[in-house]
Amino acid sequence: MKWALVAIIVAATSCGELLQTHGMKNHGEIRDFRPGALGRAFRRVARNPHVAASVLFMAISFFAFLSLLKIADLSFAVPATAAAYVVETVLARCVLKERIGTRRWAGALLVACGVALVAL
Amino acid sequence: MSASHSRLRLKTRLLAVIVIVSNVLGNFFLSRGMRTGEAPDFLLAALFNPWVMLGVSLLVLWMLSRMTLLSWADLSYVLPVTALGYVLTALMGKAFLGEYVSAARWAGIALIVAGVSLVGGTPIRTTPERKQDAP
Repeated sequence: MKWALVAIIVAATSCGELLQTHGMKNHGEIRDFRPGALGRAFRRVARNPHVAASVLFMAISFFAFLSLLKIADLSFAVPATAAAYVVETVLARCVLKERIGTRRWAGALLVACGVALVAL
Repeated sequence: MSASHSRLRLKTRLLAVIVIVSNVLGNFFLSRGMRTGEAPDFLLAALFNPWVMLGVSLLVLWMLSRMTLLSWADLSYVLPVTALGYVLTALMGKAFLGEYVSAARWAGIALIVAGVSLVGGTPIRTTPERKQDAP
């Protein structure tokens, strides 16, 4: 049950963040940081179907994480879900076509191990 | 490096700092608010606690600033870099709550910092820019 929830969390987080990144790239780089322009940009973002779907996945991930915390310690939950860092980096390469060099791979792996250690 | 490149790097770093700090402080105030006083009868009542309100506002700022960052930066860049939040959380726990930081946690902090400095030196965006729609 613990690991089933971990799998749900990792899958939902990865889908959510992938969709959100895709949606935001589709919207285009936000360049104007004046409050009015930011407000307009976020109203447009809210109507973006990818971003809307990402919120749904993140809600699933959030509630699955809460359920995991009911049956497992935080010191299990955080390191186990740190696997999402690796899964998302792989998906960013395959799905979003980001070019990930050796340096970024090495950094992402170090960070994933570090997050797992910090939470122990 | 061209001027537009260094401008992009500066803009990215500034926003990454906002993303990290708003997340860490948001969670910190939220947990502080949830722990003070007797547990409310129903969860919505917690929303009127000033610490919870501050925490929730910071988490809204976190979400919006992270989406803004993702409008130009790679996910594989944002993800590791914003993990610095774990380091900040651990250090704040030690400084303000007197929490003990074990050898394993210090090792984790060192790994995260090393990983972030590696990723921080890579190109911020590796996907082609989409042409902006006419407004």
